[in-house]
Amino acid sequence: MRNEDGGGSLGLSPILRLILARLGLSFLLLFGVSLMIFVGIEALPGDFASTYLGQNATPQAVANIRAQLGLEDPIWSRYLQWLGGALTLDFGTSWASGQEVSAQIARRLSNSLFLAGVAAIISVPLAIILGMIAVRYVDKFPDRVINVVSLAAISLPEFFVGYLLILFFSVKFGIAPFPAIVYPDMGLWERLGMVALPVATLVLVVIAHMMRMTRAAILSIMSSAYMETAELKGIGAFRAILGHAAPNAVAPIVTVVALNLAYLVVGVVVVEVVFVYPGMGQYMVDAVTVRDMPVVQACGLIFAAVYIFLNMAADIISILANPRLRHPR
Amino acid sequence: MRLRSIPISAWIGMFGIALAFIAALFAPWLAPYGEREIIGAVWEPMSWQHPLGTDNLGRDLLSRLIFGAQTTLFVALGASVLSFTIGIVLSFIAAVTGGWIDQGLSRVNDLMMSIPTLIFALVVLAALPQEIWILILVMAVLDSTRVFRLGRAVALDIAVMDFVEAARLRGEGTSWIIFREILPNALSPLLAEFGLRFAFAVLFLSTLSFLGLGIQPPEADWGGMVRDNNDGIIFGVPAALIPGGAIAALAVCVNIVVDWLLRRTSSLKGGRDG
Repeated sequence: MRNEDGGGSLGLSPILRLILARLGLSFLLLFGVSLMIFVGIEALPGDFASTYLGQNATPQAVANIRAQLGLEDPIWSRYLQWLGGALTLDFGTSWASGQEVSAQIARRLSNSLFLAGVAAIISVPLAIILGMIAVRYVDKFPDRVINVVSLAAISLPEFFVGYLLILFFSVKFGIAPFPAIVYPDMGLWERLGMVALPVATLVLVVIAHMMRMTRAAILSIMSSAYMETAELKGIGAFRAILGHAAPNAVAPIVTVVALNLAYLVVGVVVVEVVFVYPGMGQYMVDAVTVRDMPVVQACGLIFAAVYIFLNMAADIISILANPRLRHPR
Repeated sequence: MRLRSIPISAWIGMFGIALAFIAALFAPWLAPYGEREIIGAVWEPMSWQHPLGTDNLGRDLLSRLIFGAQTTLFVALGASVLSFTIGIVLSFIAAVTGGWIDQGLSRVNDLMMSIPTLIFALVVLAALPQEIWILILVMAVLDSTRVFRLGRAVALDIAVMDFVEAARLRGEGTSWIIFREILPNALSPLLAEFGLRFAFAVLFLSTLSFLGLGIQPPEADWGGMVRDNNDGIIFGVPAALIPGGAIAALAVCVNIVVDWLLRRTSSLKGGRDG
């Protein structure tokens, strides 16, 4: 992939070229995903109209609904129309309610991003600190405790954690609200209080994973030669971790963080259903239950886009964090 | 391998897994009441007659839990065996043949992995009819992407070793190399991965059922039972937490055993941990 002459034929620095290549790949992936979500789904056996109608699928009703929903047009023209709409943020109208999908999504997407964002602000620093503590005391008591607890936490389903928190904090002690109701002109503090339990659920579910990956990333750096030198120089363990290990661990840790943010974005689906929170996840699950395809496809595309974007951000940051690429010879 | 060298945590994990499978295999004999039998009032508390109480329709929760183990375990096991077969076969073919077959399979795999599994499953299940075999197939295909990635990496590692080279020079065919040279040496990391995939399948199936898109009522399964009983939580009825806890406990047990397997293999070979 990389030319040896550094600049390449376009005269770009190698780092810029890598980033452009990564951006291009993301667009390609997104395009592939849109194809899969629209064309791939229709290629599956089974017919939208008859699954949509379920028990009432008489031939006449199927034909009527196909014509009404515009399913008689060839797939490619429908795909292009859909893609063009999606690019201008117009996802058509819902089959079930007849309302515009975009208007619903605009409101719900910001709710979901708020939930995931607050969870990320809490869980990322906490996970990194815990990971560093585990490395500092590797194979000693604190590390063992963190290891066992996180192994258990990874295995807990989101809905179990969510209902457990609801049972204790809102039913037994009555200190947290349930369900998590939010409305547009709500103050920040009030809103934060409302999402306390969903955020706690997300943090608990994602933190163990993030911490274990942080631990593994730093541990592999700790076994390198320059860390041994730092130890032999006699600087303290924490200074060695902060000054020598952490800068080199940036790339792997950022990757871990971005992967888990991507995981958070998906995790909101279940948590929103548990807490009856008006976000994208609940919208999508409801749409899947009634087979409202325009909504399902729009939500699927947006979730996938956010996921692809976060993975791309992780890669680009780790390219930027690599000093070998920053100073071309 | 000596039995004494197995740590106590791994024993606990294996005991939990065995318990779940015994419940699943002998459900009709173990369960005190029928799967769909209504035997009392709604959400009765725990008593001698009903050790775990009753559910949202007055069915015995313990019986439902035992029958639920059957559905949950067998669907999850079916999906993980199938996903493993697909993933391993394709990944080994990709690693051994290389060239455009490898490129093609790997790029399709990247594309599928760029959509989060749950989102992908929701989109696909919205279009397909609700049947158990379709559910198993969807879970297996989506999960096989993870197996493919690991299988390809492991097989590529092994494919460049001297004994594979020797087999090639001896003139052995591709299938000999896959089954006689690579597979036996890849077995222990793959076994650990199988455990992880199974735990994931249990969680994933339960999540789908919880969302109302997996196993359909009145058939009992653990995720669906959480959904059935979740309205009780606001009245302080913990019925939803019992199947939820069963899912969590099974996943913890599998993870403990996998963790031990991974440690054992990494200490044998001196690498591949993390």
